[in-house]
Amino acid sequence: MNTTLIAKKESITTYLKETFNDIGKVTLFASRFFREVIKPPYEIKELIKQCYIIGYKSLPLVTVTGFIMGLVLTLQSRPTLAKFGAESWLPSMVALSLIREIAPVITALICAGKVSSGIGAELGSMKVTEQIDAMEVSAINPFKYLVVTRILATTFMIPLLVIFADGIGVIGGYIGINIHGDVNLYRYLSQVLESITFSDIFPATMKTFFFGFFIGMIGCYKGFNAANGTESVGKAANSAVVTASLSIFIIDMIAVQLTDLFL
Amino acid sequence: MEDEIKKRNIIQKSEADVPVIEIKNLHKSFGTNEVLKGVNLTVNKGENLVILGKSGSGKSITIKCIVGLMRIDEGEINVFGTDITKLHIAELNGIRVRIGFLFQNAALYDSMSVRDNLGFTLKRHAKDLSAEEVESQIKEILDSVGLSEAIDKMPSELSGGMRKRIGLARTLILKPEIILYDEPTTGLDTITSREISELIIEIQKKYKTTSIIITHDMPCAKLTGNRLMVLKEGVMHAEGTYEELEKSEDEWVRSFFL
Repeated sequence: MNTTLIAKKESITTYLKETFNDIGKVTLFASRFFREVIKPPYEIKELIKQCYIIGYKSLPLVTVTGFIMGLVLTLQSRPTLAKFGAESWLPSMVALSLIREIAPVITALICAGKVSSGIGAELGSMKVTEQIDAMEVSAINPFKYLVVTRILATTFMIPLLVIFADGIGVIGGYIGINIHGDVNLYRYLSQVLESITFSDIFPATMKTFFFGFFIGMIGCYKGFNAANGTESVGKAANSAVVTASLSIFIIDMIAVQLTDLFL
Repeated sequence: MEDEIKKRNIIQKSEADVPVIEIKNLHKSFGTNEVLKGVNLTVNKGENLVILGKSGSGKSITIKCIVGLMRIDEGEINVFGTDITKLHIAELNGIRVRIGFLFQNAALYDSMSVRDNLGFTLKRHAKDLSAEEVESQIKEILDSVGLSEAIDKMPSELSGGMRKRIGLARTLILKPEIILYDEPTTGLDTITSREISELIIEIQKKYKTTSIIITHDMPCAKLTGNRLMVLKEGVMHAEGTYEELEKSEDEWVRSFFL
């Protein structure tokens, strides 16, 4: 009994040590990003390329999920609102739910799956095949070329993808409403726009910058620090998705609390 | 003007006087595993030094320490007369551009074509070159490794031998004075291994490079090495020419030549 307790205590201590060690390393990694991002030379070409890969190439996935989000949300909410005779509130409810919460979180989670794992696997594979070392011995800063560009790209592309998903979700909502009813597009859109205020859009957009930053940073951190061996590439990708997804929920929780406090 | 020439001559003379690479008492551990326990070696200008040793004896670690890819625990690594372990990253990069490194699997950038693999480094270090000059230098270097036709290929389309040649071309594009080869013939068939070994000699003659070659391949060691060193249990165990070590009284050293 005593031995089991000691073993449990030791495993908890080890787990806590590793967790705090990881948090420390991620913090150092992030602080290196802020140091490197302001220092020239700037890898503009690579940044544009990454924006294209992360932003433009994610559009089909974001379009489909954004549309389904709006459609399903409308179809699922309709019966409940109908019970209270509040069907006319459907456009406002769908728009507010999408813009404030559903579109940012779902889009960020999808990007965590697609982008963060992609970055983790790509950099992990470059690490184990010594491509990062090759850059370093050629006197090229791999952190600047690979990490800074990717984090900047995710930080600016994820908010744009979320705004795009908001729009597509609203269109999905319009189609959802018209499955069981007949609402004019002009009337639907005016009701949507009337219900949205600055305090709905601003905090929701601000938190997407943080989502983007963490998606990029965690993917890069996991890939850049992959151990040697091909197995670690899979681990880096997997761990990037899990950690990025978890961080999205934590950021969202903090953002909601701050919004409640200040707006 | 004359003063400047005199000054340059003094610098050149002083560089020629000192060994190009000099390692003193190099120690490197990974946790409790002490891999290098006081390595000492010297490489003179224009020389090809081959380092032999069992797998895991720390040969690759030694050359990775020379380019600052790994931090050392103790010792001194003098390259061109400067202790690189005491340099700031910007100063170290100044030395790195004068050193070429051929990785075991060539480490070509997977996402770039052969042209971009070569141009990537060149464009960053020779910013005054025009696009035409970059292109002509890439073609010239590819020609010197006999792979002009591979310019538009992706690394995934290249064979093992071709990858090594392109890796070598990427190394040569900055006209390095030192080249470090990490097992240049590993994983290649006998004929291709010989071709790579001959290419190493050709490069030494054409570009007057100083090299360290890590290998297990004895024909490669015989062909390319002006001098051989054997690493055993973290220290340099034996040193000499191929013929001298082949006839060594030490049975362990002789076992490499069987």
